[in-house]
Amino acid sequence: MDYVLAALVGLFIAMGVYLLLSRSVIRMLIGMTILGNGVNLLIFTAGRVTREVAPIIPSALEQPSGPIANPLPQALILTAIVIGFSMFAFLLVLAFRAYQSLDADNTDTMRLAEPEQTPNPPLSY
Amino acid sequence: MATPTPTTDLPQAMIEAMTPAADWVIVLPIVFGLMGAAALLTMRRSNSTPLLVALAVVFAIIACEVTLLLRVLADGPVSMTMGKWLPPFGISLTADIFSAAFALGAAVVTAIVLVYAEIDRGDAQEADTFHAMVLLLLAGVTGAFLTGDLFNLYVWFEVMLIASFGLIVFGGRPIQLDGAVKYGFLNFLATTFFLLALGLLYGLLGTVNMADIMRVAPAANPAAMAGVAALLLLAFGMKAAAFPVNAWLPASYHTPPASVSALFAGLLTKVGAYAMLRALVAVLPGSRDLLEPVMAMIAISTLVIGPLGAIAETNLRRAVGFIVIGGIGTIMAGLSMPSLLGVAGAGLYIFHALFTMTALYMIAGLVEKRTGATDSRQMGGLYAASGSISVIFLVLVLAAAGVPPFLGFWPKLLLLEAGFSQGATGPAPGTVGVVLVIALLVNAVLTLIAGARLWGHIFWRSGPIDAAPSDAPRLLAPLTGRGRVGYAATAVLTALIVVAGLWPEPVMQGARLAAGDIVDPARYVEAVGLAGETP
Amino acid sequence: MNTIIFRTIAPLIVATMLVFSVYVCLRGHNEPGGGFIGGLIGAAAIGVFGMASGVATVRQALRVDPMAIAGFGVFLAGFTGVLSLFTASPFMTSIWLYLPIGETTIPLSTPLFFDIGVYCVVFGTISAIALALESDREEEL
Repeated sequence: MDYVLAALVGLFIAMGVYLLLSRSVIRMLIGMTILGNGVNLLIFTAGRVTREVAPIIPSALEQPSGPIANPLPQALILTAIVIGFSMFAFLLVLAFRAYQSLDADNTDTMRLAEPEQTPNPPLSY
Repeated sequence: MATPTPTTDLPQAMIEAMTPAADWVIVLPIVFGLMGAAALLTMRRSNSTPLLVALAVVFAIIACEVTLLLRVLADGPVSMTMGKWLPPFGISLTADIFSAAFALGAAVVTAIVLVYAEIDRGDAQEADTFHAMVLLLLAGVTGAFLTGDLFNLYVWFEVMLIASFGLIVFGGRPIQLDGAVKYGFLNFLATTFFLLALGLLYGLLGTVNMADIMRVAPAANPAAMAGVAALLLLAFGMKAAAFPVNAWLPASYHTPPASVSALFAGLLTKVGAYAMLRALVAVLPGSRDLLEPVMAMIAISTLVIGPLGAIAETNLRRAVGFIVIGGIGTIMAGLSMPSLLGVAGAGLYIFHALFTMTALYMIAGLVEKRTGATDSRQMGGLYAASGSISVIFLVLVLAAAGVPPFLGFWPKLLLLEAGFSQGATGPAPGTVGVVLVIALLVNAVLTLIAGARLWGHIFWRSGPIDAAPSDAPRLLAPLTGRGRVGYAATAVLTALIVVAGLWPEPVMQGARLAAGDIVDPARYVEAVGLAGETP
Repeated sequence: MNTIIFRTIAPLIVATMLVFSVYVCLRGHNEPGGGFIGGLIGAAAIGVFGMASGVATVRQALRVDPMAIAGFGVFLAGFTGVLSLFTASPFMTSIWLYLPIGETTIPLSTPLFFDIGVYCVVFGTISAIALALESDREEEL
């Protein structure tokens, strides 16, 4: 099972990197999300995949009655998902605004901050 | 839920002792920042003086951090683990001298920038989120400095990133959106790499608490740990804008208002550098030794390429951005020399850069206000109009280049000493150390050339580059009331830098003491409460 | 998107989703659920409402600026953490209060209010982002 998940992590990260190399901002955004999901899956796999019950303590007990799944990777992933989701939402709004005001989805044509043709710096001291 | 049954063995996982209220100085700065930002955000429509509220919050934070720093200096590192869980189960906040001092420096810089930011704000102020976002950024930066848990560090990175997104698009001009796309993607990518490294680290060691990692890391597979450390180096290097992953900084830092650039330059890249210091030197020293040649190469190329970029650039704030990158190279040079002196020099340089790089952007903003231009070709003749601005600019350039007696000189002195003793066999110093020393000196000269060129073009030349010498001197816009506030803030910050440069003894002593805790983290581990146990 | 079927059904869906979001948030006290997922459901409801009847109507119906709701959430969550200062325990230690009402006991705790804060943060920020994406004219986030 671990090997399957590890291969899946590799596939996700490869897809994310491939999409990030694109010029289109929307594709880069999708690549970022897939990359993030690959990383989340990696943390999940790193926490050891076991066939156990969910780490919820029954209301009558003070501690779990038997072996439970490791809850820490789940907490870490939940945090990472929340953060990744909010970053995705922000970047989506940003890409939309950039498309509206720069009329560009292509990073090659986004050259306002770094103008393409600038004369050489002055040679005088 | 139900009353505890006697079968449960609480002392194995929970803190039983009472926590003295004095320990709260480590958590209050973060809480104040977060809650202050939240309060400002909630009341932004009804609150007419957000600046005063924000300043009050920052001064409360400064008061806490001064107390914290004094306590750390007197008694060694302070730690508190959240929610009554014992470390490593709970999230630990741990402060040693470096983290407390950097957090204090960040709060002082934020207070000054909050005042300076009035220069970028119109008279008819709308209800906006600027002050809330600055406080949120400060909370994130403070959290990153004070945390003792690597996953928590990731969370604070993201808090910082969210706040900086809000600030970099502040005003919404198209050029800012352009800069924000590059800033946003590359920084988000950097934190994703950090998360990737954390996942692998957790899989290898089963813990993310820094003190706990120090205990169990030596027993782990060194090859796998080296991979994790390399990923951390990449992630933090991207955050810190070290060569070759520095391109986002000059592409974005000049787009927002000058006050936002100043805050970013002072705080964000320094957090990346601090994370490198903490994670690679203190937490994973074994893997750092393997990466040393790589770090030295990165340091040398960053040291040289940063100021070269500044020489070739005519956009004033972009040029300053390249000088910031050169400073990161100085820090990397210290980190690639594991000795006490190297770490002390790197830490002291972070402290110096917190102030100096912020001040450089602040004075650049003032220059842009006076000349109404952003490109140094269109500037000129400012010396005749304002002698004091030109003096401040020159002082800051000298401080950034590390010319004595300014603050930038002292960390470089420590680094030069470290370089000569690095890998020394008998009286002869090692090759890497000598090359690093040469790179540091080359960096100082190049930074000086870049700064002097900017100074000559902006202040000394009589007018813009295409103006004939016979043209009458241009009328430069005088500073308005708000502009004078910004000018005063810049002058205060520069005065701080000059004073600290003239009396360097306390900071030098502090840096040496602090480096001791990084090189030998026994006191740090003991403060968290994990000393003596074997894994 | 604003066909008559969608516009007629939307208020019904939105009301149900909002109630369900509160249910999920409170259920997270003892069982799966919680503030984050509840806030997401609530924000999704706001998104649906915005699609059906336009952003201006939603903003009017919300009465409060979504970012102000988010700010309040952070404040509430931070405040529940600070309360443990008074019990001589570290930050974010939970405090429980058992309220006997009639025959049942209602357990109140600081994690509950922390979760309500999280609900407000998620609801506020995601609503603000959804409304910003749905509106055509440029506006501040």
